[in-house]
Amino acid sequence: AAYRTDEGQPWVLPVVKKVEQKIANDASLNHEYLPILGLPEFRANASRIALGEDSRAIKENRVGGVQCLGGTGALRIGAEFLRRWYNGNNNTTTPVYISSPSWENHNSVFVNAGFKDIRAYRYWDAAKRGLDLEGLLEDMESAPEFSIFILHACAHNPTGTDPTLEQWKQIAAVMKRRFLFPFFDSAYQGFASGCLDRDAWAVRYFVSEGFELFCAQSFSKNFGLYNERVGNLSVVGKDTDNVQRVLSQMEKIVRTIWSNPPSQGARIVATTLTCPQLFAEWKDNVKTMADRVLLMRSELRARLQALGTPGTWNHITEQIGMFSFTGLNPKQVEYMIKEKHIYLMASGRINMCGLTTKNLDYVASSIHEAVTKFQ
Amino acid sequence: MRVGLAPSWWSHVEMGPPDPILGVTEAFKRDTNAKKMNLGVGAYRDDNGKPFVLNSVRKAEAQIAAKKMDKEYLPIAGLAEFNKASAELALGDTNEVIKSGRYVTVQTISGTGSLRVGASFLQRFFKYSRDVYLPKPSWGNHTPIFRDAGMQLHAYRYYDPKTCGFDFAGALDDISKIPEQSVILFHACAHNPTGVDPRPEQWKELAAVVKKRNLFAFFDMAYQGFASGDINRDSWAVRHFIEQGINVVLSQSYAKNMGLYGERVGAFSVICKDVDEAKRVESQLKILIRPMYSNPPVNGARIASAILTSPDLSSCSSWVTKSQHAWHHLVEIQTGMRSFPSLSF
Repeated sequence: AAYRTDEGQPWVLPVVKKVEQKIANDASLNHEYLPILGLPEFRANASRIALGEDSRAIKENRVGGVQCLGGTGALRIGAEFLRRWYNGNNNTTTPVYISSPSWENHNSVFVNAGFKDIRAYRYWDAAKRGLDLEGLLEDMESAPEFSIFILHACAHNPTGTDPTLEQWKQIAAVMKRRFLFPFFDSAYQGFASGCLDRDAWAVRYFVSEGFELFCAQSFSKNFGLYNERVGNLSVVGKDTDNVQRVLSQMEKIVRTIWSNPPSQGARIVATTLTCPQLFAEWKDNVKTMADRVLLMRSELRARLQALGTPGTWNHITEQIGMFSFTGLNPKQVEYMIKEKHIYLMASGRINMCGLTTKNLDYVASSIHEAVTKFQ
Repeated sequence: MRVGLAPSWWSHVEMGPPDPILGVTEAFKRDTNAKKMNLGVGAYRDDNGKPFVLNSVRKAEAQIAAKKMDKEYLPIAGLAEFNKASAELALGDTNEVIKSGRYVTVQTISGTGSLRVGASFLQRFFKYSRDVYLPKPSWGNHTPIFRDAGMQLHAYRYYDPKTCGFDFAGALDDISKIPEQSVILFHACAHNPTGVDPRPEQWKELAAVVKKRNLFAFFDMAYQGFASGDINRDSWAVRHFIEQGINVVLSQSYAKNMGLYGERVGAFSVICKDVDEAKRVESQLKILIRPMYSNPPVNGARIASAILTSPDLSSCSSWVTKSQHAWHHLVEIQTGMRSFPSLSF
């Protein structure tokens, strides 16, 4: 799942090209090992992006970052830490709750980190094509205390359906009361709405509510740095001392998996985030990507409505991010693939980035055919 | 949730000790004394004590930049051209294993990542034993890597402090008593931390006893080319074991020999019975890698691949000798980067 331009091509962000050139021309740079926890300027600025300029937690010096290999690496390091140190020592029985559905790799990450009790919490309501908030809150109420919950910070993968601000508040209230641990997966900050702050609202709200939490950040999508493996695990703790001890144990975990992280991608991100001009340019590039996806959403919905395709299609624009759960059933999906050569997931998930002004009509008419032929 | 004055989830988390090796560099960085020097971490320094970027690396980087490649995800197993070139570097491109294709090589996060993928693979698929035998002493990080992967660690005699040399008799004696079908790890060349390597005749006898005891051989090769200046000489032991019919696994690092430390370039190879087995093994390695970091970083692998596959960059005399140039005088005394004075510790 990667962003594509309107020509259907991969896109190296202009700001990234600029920064790479800068790095290439800097004779003072070498290929020495980074520290175990990664490039300090990257870690601090990555956490700042997630938690906000005015973050009280950062001001109070109770935030730490661990540079990791992409979002996957951040999730894995966080999971390994939690298995060793959360809810006792080496407690492999702490339940880990993953949304139903979720990114398929979430399950593997926590299983491989040693957790024995992985559960699903209700999330997607197929009938109403939206969030099953009632089911979600019920599952949180009945979860054993201290359970870990994997929350998608924004642009839920694969449904594209996020809780509203009010719904996040309800979720936070239950989690606080039941002593549940929030582990945010933030893979699309900026990419979802086009606005970094808006996409980080949930994480920041939880921090302001006094939670200790983890946030696995990926810079694969919002920087287009997929193959450089740039991620950050942000740790928000009660105080500096706790965070320092946590980071020291993170080092031990990192040391036996990759020793220290790759430098290229982190340098690009750090350079961009620490220079006001480049930072502005980056936000602009991110908005370009987000806007194109938003345009494809509104264009697809408009065409389906104009065609009079049976069913309601407002979910196409109400959902957010790279993916859309179209609501197409297996028979309809099969038709799309076999007869129309449009490839999508069996779940009906499509990658909005695959749509272009040139193929919108074909996709819309194909969906129309699929839905009218098969119910 | 614990709010306000409530305790943290992490109150019981102890402060971890600084890393025995990398922690030395961190202490060095904090030291403000003008006379300070760092003889700790294994990173090459030129005669001015400065890090050294190989010319071939700079050339490769320029070539890569000119191509304006995209940043799409690599496959889980990494950059295919790099994997192939890495296997050929280790075994020689005319090796029967390469020609028949009865191997799999996956790109890993340098040597550490390679060892961890290998250790995890053994933990999951090596049915015969949980026991891994390391030379005594070995690289400090070997033990935690294998342990975190779920294996149990043991040692075989290796370094003789009385002679500051290889304890050949002791090694043979210990290895001949290792339970059959255990895993035994060898440093292919430039043993870390002693700098002491077996001679070819000694490797032959080691291979014989490994074969006799049906032990599983895991080679760690972090210094190919860097040890003697000769790619083939440094990988002789690995190739010999394979020639003797021992299907080894091999970890490679390009941190030192290409100076690509922070780019995290490495590979893990499994020599298999046949192509079919290699395919099955590859599929399982991918299943292990996916929940660790999904796919590896491209930058260093592109550089290494460019060097290994382009005629002007890859000629042995070029990148290998230059990575070795200041160390000739040390080669006579010890092998490779380390000198192991007989200090007691």
